[in-house]
Amino acid sequence: MAKTKRKMEEDPEVLSKINRVKPVTNIIFSAIFVILALTCIIPAIFIVVISFSSMDSINEIGYSFFPTSLSLDAYAYLWNNRVMIGTAFLVSVFVTIVGTVIGLFLTAAMGYALSRSSFKLKGIYTVLVFIPMVFGGGLVSTYNVYSSVLNIKDTIWVLILPLAVSSFNVIICKTFFKSTIPQSILESAEIDGASQMRTYFTIVLPISKPLLATIGILLSFSYWNDWFLSLMYISNTKLYSLQAVLMSVEKNIEFLAQNADTMGASIAAYATNMPKEPMRMAMAVVIVLPIACVYPFFQQYFVSGLTIGSVKE
Amino acid sequence: MSKEKLAGGKKKDRWSKRDTELAVLTVPTVIWYICFCYFPMFGVLMAFKNFKIIDGTKSFFYNLMKSEWTGFKNFEFLFSSGSGALVVKLTLLYNIVFIILGIVVPVCLSLMMSQLYSKRFGKVAQTFMFLPYFMSWVVVTYFVFAFLSPDKGLINTMLVNSGKEAIRWYQEPKYWPVILVFLSQWKGMGYGMVVYLASITGIDGTLYEAAMIDGATKFQQAVKITLPLMKPVIIMMFILAMGGLVRSDFGLFYQVTKASDSLYTVTETIDVFIYKMIKTQPNPNMGSAAAFLQSVVGCGLILLSNWIVKKVDNDSAII
Repeated sequence: MAKTKRKMEEDPEVLSKINRVKPVTNIIFSAIFVILALTCIIPAIFIVVISFSSMDSINEIGYSFFPTSLSLDAYAYLWNNRVMIGTAFLVSVFVTIVGTVIGLFLTAAMGYALSRSSFKLKGIYTVLVFIPMVFGGGLVSTYNVYSSVLNIKDTIWVLILPLAVSSFNVIICKTFFKSTIPQSILESAEIDGASQMRTYFTIVLPISKPLLATIGILLSFSYWNDWFLSLMYISNTKLYSLQAVLMSVEKNIEFLAQNADTMGASIAAYATNMPKEPMRMAMAVVIVLPIACVYPFFQQYFVSGLTIGSVKE
Repeated sequence: MSKEKLAGGKKKDRWSKRDTELAVLTVPTVIWYICFCYFPMFGVLMAFKNFKIIDGTKSFFYNLMKSEWTGFKNFEFLFSSGSGALVVKLTLLYNIVFIILGIVVPVCLSLMMSQLYSKRFGKVAQTFMFLPYFMSWVVVTYFVFAFLSPDKGLINTMLVNSGKEAIRWYQEPKYWPVILVFLSQWKGMGYGMVVYLASITGIDGTLYEAAMIDGATKFQQAVKITLPLMKPVIIMMFILAMGGLVRSDFGLFYQVTKASDSLYTVTETIDVFIYKMIKTQPNPNMGSAAAFLQSVVGCGLILLSNWIVKKVDNDSAII
C-alpha cells in the first residue's frame, strides 16, 4: 500500500488507473451503452431505409432494414407537393427563428433583472416567475384565453408566443448571470455612466454566449418539434408547420394528394398510385434531418450550458 | 407599475434610475407572463360556473363573469361520468412508475457511465442517447409504427416468419403499458443522464482516493460517496417530478397510440381525457373542472413534497 501511495503522489493519473472498475465490468457497461445507443439511433435509420424502399418490396416483405428493391418514388411524390411542404417548411423555419429570438430576448432580460441583487422589484418578480412553475390555468381556460381574449387562434402568433418563456429557462439565466458575471464589471460600467440597457446589451450579453446558445438551442428545438399548438389552435392549412403536416399525413395520406401537383392525372388516380408508406416515412425524414444535422454540433454546447445553469446556489 | 408607489414602500433605499431602467428592460417579459400565465389562471373560475357564451362579440372574460355560479356541480358531473375513476387510476399508476424509473434509470446509467474507461466512448454514447429527447412524439409515432404496424411492421414480420401469429398491436391493450413505459424512459434517459453526470463530475476526486486507500471497492464508493453527494440533485428532480403526478404526456398517450379507441382502457389519462372533452363536448365545464383539479392537486403535490423534504433534510428543499 505504501508503495502505491508514493506512486500516486508522483502521478495522479496512476491513481485513476488503479481506482477503477474491473475490466470485465467495463466491458459489460460498455456493451449496455452500445445497446442503448443503438436503440436510440436504429429507429431513425429504419425510417430512412423505409422511405427509400420501393412499394413492391414493402408489399412483399413489409418494412425491412433490407428491402428487396430501392426507389426514390416517395421523394419524387413529395416533390410534387413542394408548394405545400415548402410552405410548411417556411412556417416551421419562421416560427423557429422568430420564436427563438423573441424567447431569448424575453427570457434573458428577466433572468438578468433577477440576477441583480439590488433591484427593487426582485421580490415581486421572483414570485411572478415562480407561481407559473407550480400552478397553471389548465387547457380549457388557456384555450379560451388564446382564442377569445388574446385573439391569436389561427394566426402564426399562437405558434410563437406561448412557448417563448419558461420559468425554468429564466432561472437557468439568472443562475448563470449571477455566477459568471463579475459584479465589479457592472459596477465600473455604472460608475462610467453607462445606462443599465447599455451595460446589458454591450457587456453582459456578449460575455454570455454559452448561455444564449444553450437557451437558444432549447427554444429552437421546442419550436421545431411543437405540434400541440398546431393541433389545438390551427385550422388554416396554410399555417401548418411540418409537424402539423406530418400529423395530418398520419391520419390521412390522401391529404397530400389533394394538395399535389398531380400532372394532369385525377386526384383519385394519383392517390391510388402514391407510394403511401414510404411517403409517410419520407415526411418524417424531412423533419428529422435538420435536427440530426444540427444536433451533433450543438450538443456539447448544450450540455455545458445546462451544467452551468443548473448548479444550485 | 408606478415607480412612486414602489419607492414609497421601501424606506431604506430610494427607487433609483437603475431600477427604472431594469424595470423597462423587463416590461415585455412581465406582459408576457400576465397574458400567457396569469390570464389562464384567472380562467380557472370556469370550473365553478356554468360557462355560456352570452355575448359572442365580447371576450371570454366578459362571458365568464356573466355566467352563473354553480358551485361544485361541474365536479359532481365529472365524478359521476364513470370514466373519472379510470382516468385517476391510470394517471397515477403511470406517473408513479415514470417518477420512480425516471430517477432510478438515469441515476444508474450515469453512475455506470462515470466508470467507463474510455471517456470518449462515453461521450459518443451519450450523444446518441440524447437524440430521442429532441424528437417530437409525432415523429416517435412513426418510429413505433415502423415496428408495430399490424401488416407491415418489422415485429409482426418476424413473428410470422418464425411461425407465430401476428399481433394486432393497436387493438391489444395488454402490451401498451410496457410499450409506453419503455418509450417514456427511452425518450427521457438522455436528459436525465446529463443532469446527473454533471453532478457526478462535480464531486471532489480526492474523496475516492481516500476511500480507495481505506480499501473501499468501487461499488462501495458509488453507494457511500457518489450517491449521497448526488442527493440534492436527485431530490430536486424528484420534487419537480412530483408536480407532474397529475399530468400526463399527451403526445405519448394520444399520438403514439394513434388515438386508438380499443386502447382506451390503458391510455385514457387526464390530458387525453380533457382534450377529448374540449374537442367532443359542446360545453367545456366538465373539462374545466378536471383541469382545475389537475392544477390544484399538482401545485399541492409540489408544495407537499417540498415540505416533506424540508422536514427531513432542510438543505435539499428547493423552495
